[in-house]
Amino acid sequence: MDGLQIDNISMRFDLPNGKHVQALENVSLSLEKGEILSVLGPSGCGKSTLLNILAGFLAQTSGQVLMNGKAISGPGPERGMVFQKGALFEWMNVRRNVDFGPRMKGMPEVERNTIVENLLDTVGLRDFKEKAVYELSGGMQQRVALARCLANDPDVILMDEPLGALDALTREKMQGLILKLWKETGKTVILITHSVEEALLLGERLLVMAPRPGRIHKEYRLPFAERAVGADLREVKKSPGFAETRDEILSMIWEMEEEIMGGAEA
Amino acid sequence: MTSLVFLLVYVVLVAAAAYIVGAIRRMMTPTADFTSLKTVTFGDEAAVRPDRAASVISVLVIFLIWGAFTGSKWVPIHVPGPFMGETAFSYVAQSPSGETAEGRVTVLVTEAGAEAEPPEVAPTSGFVQNDSAVTAAWRSVLISAQRNDGEDARIISVEGRPIQPGETVSVPDGTVTMTNRGSLNFQPGKGLQMEPIWMPPPEAVVTRFVDIAQNGFQNTPLWSHLGWSIWRVFAGFLLGSLVGIPLGYAMGLSGWVRGWFDPIVEFMRPVPPLALIPLVIIWFGIWETGKIVLLFLAALWVMTIAARAGVSGVNLAKVHAAYSLGANKRQILRHVILPNSLPEVFTGARVAMGVCWGTVVAAELVAAQKGAGMMIIAASKFQQTDIVLMGIVLIGLIGFGIDILMRIAENILVPWKGRG
Repeated sequence: MDGLQIDNISMRFDLPNGKHVQALENVSLSLEKGEILSVLGPSGCGKSTLLNILAGFLAQTSGQVLMNGKAISGPGPERGMVFQKGALFEWMNVRRNVDFGPRMKGMPEVERNTIVENLLDTVGLRDFKEKAVYELSGGMQQRVALARCLANDPDVILMDEPLGALDALTREKMQGLILKLWKETGKTVILITHSVEEALLLGERLLVMAPRPGRIHKEYRLPFAERAVGADLREVKKSPGFAETRDEILSMIWEMEEEIMGGAEA
Repeated sequence: MTSLVFLLVYVVLVAAAAYIVGAIRRMMTPTADFTSLKTVTFGDEAAVRPDRAASVISVLVIFLIWGAFTGSKWVPIHVPGPFMGETAFSYVAQSPSGETAEGRVTVLVTEAGAEAEPPEVAPTSGFVQNDSAVTAAWRSVLISAQRNDGEDARIISVEGRPIQPGETVSVPDGTVTMTNRGSLNFQPGKGLQMEPIWMPPPEAVVTRFVDIAQNGFQNTPLWSHLGWSIWRVFAGFLLGSLVGIPLGYAMGLSGWVRGWFDPIVEFMRPVPPLALIPLVIIWFGIWETGKIVLLFLAALWVMTIAARAGVSGVNLAKVHAAYSLGANKRQILRHVILPNSLPEVFTGARVAMGVCWGTVVAAELVAAQKGAGMMIIAASKFQQTDIVLMGIVLIGLIGFGIDILMRIAENILVPWKGRG
């Protein structure tokens, strides 16, 4: 079966003081190939833990994750990851960063070069092939990170707040780019974000998670991502239902935050 | 008190140079780069850049002070030097019968090292005879003035001032002290300049440098002395790196290795290499093996800790990214951990080189047949201060040169340093 199957996973770890933290409780979710899912939630709701389990960096304490029908047990090239701050290798230039995955697989240089050329064209960095990555701006570095991830041709792309460190204008451009790449490549995308608008724009499906214990609070299926592909994002934000859904989710998250804060203040 | 005055003079020199250079710059066309347009520079660290004019003047001032205090021919101004030439003072002696009479002592003060006869003196009328003596600058001379003044004559005053054994009286161009036996000891005025055996003038050091560069020191060419020191440093540093870097990586990658070597490394790191010299001599002797082992130990811990820090400093997201891109452990070590640790390793190498250079000189002070340290310790035993100074300057220049080379290598090999 194609896609990603998350089957009733829980994550619980012990603290040195004898207590324990229930980071995730009975989370189930199934994603078909080519779906784009955004995940929202207040801090401590376990969304990063979930992503780390999917990437294979953490092992869940119960339940299982099936990727194309196979249980995952560690990181793998079929699940690419884009981090908040690029996590680029600054000792390699743009080209060497982008073709890192194929190079590790031992792909011949000619094929690698074709991949790099195509991807740099797609992300708009054609003239920066031989530049050092530390000479690029934050937005350009994220473009390199996207290209590096795509060069490995993964089935699923996991994004951990990939646009969180960018300014508003760059962010909007990058949202358009992510939508374009999603549509063109047909990859499954899971995107964690703190911005409700971004989650609405980039999520065919949207998950709101709640903390203590980390769990799925509510799931939406939204039309905006499909509409936003190649369109003016600001127009999409004006489309019917967008503002209402945004306010609904915002007050939902506010309530959860109040609960946490209230507990702290009392 | 005098030193306080000189400190003050130095501070005034620094300030005056700043004022003069500033005035000259104001007369020239002003630059308009970003920093010069800042209005708040006091407290803005980025606006404080080393003023190279100050560096040049500072070095010139060091030579000026050096020359001024050593009577150098290269420097136009000098602090007062020692008295040289002929001087005289009078004294009054008393015979056992109570008679008193005056005599004069003429002293010829020559340049250090020069030979001269005592000046001739005119005969006197009384029982007190005039005396004469010769001495060199900075040296004192004992004048048994009363010895030719008849039986048991006793000196009661010098230059009109009464004097007792142990007392000192100022006379023109020097001081006179009466010894316990009643003789006079004349010390010509020393001035503020330093004696060449304490501090030779710069030209003497340069002359000596040319001489030793051409003729060698103790039958060994100068370059051979320096070359041996440098060779020892590189051999010790290379061996230390060969062992230390892999050990540091192992400590950064495995908890067991880290735990195993932590006590050893943390204990050995603060032990100064010089403290190991006695043990190294007992175990390996005083010749080459001992020195290389010592330098190996000096470099080993620094390099181990640098490599360990380099591995620990890798951003986890980069390792995760590499795993997600399908790299295996060996590839991650080769393509992520190694290059990521290089800046730290280079910083460690610079520190290790500095430590090794200091240690080799000290080790050569203890025992060596060739080497920069051996050269200065052997010279100091013969009071050849100019060779000692020359050696110190050369040791400093070589240490500085090694550091500059390491920095250039760093800029070429790890241009991404500090830009992650």
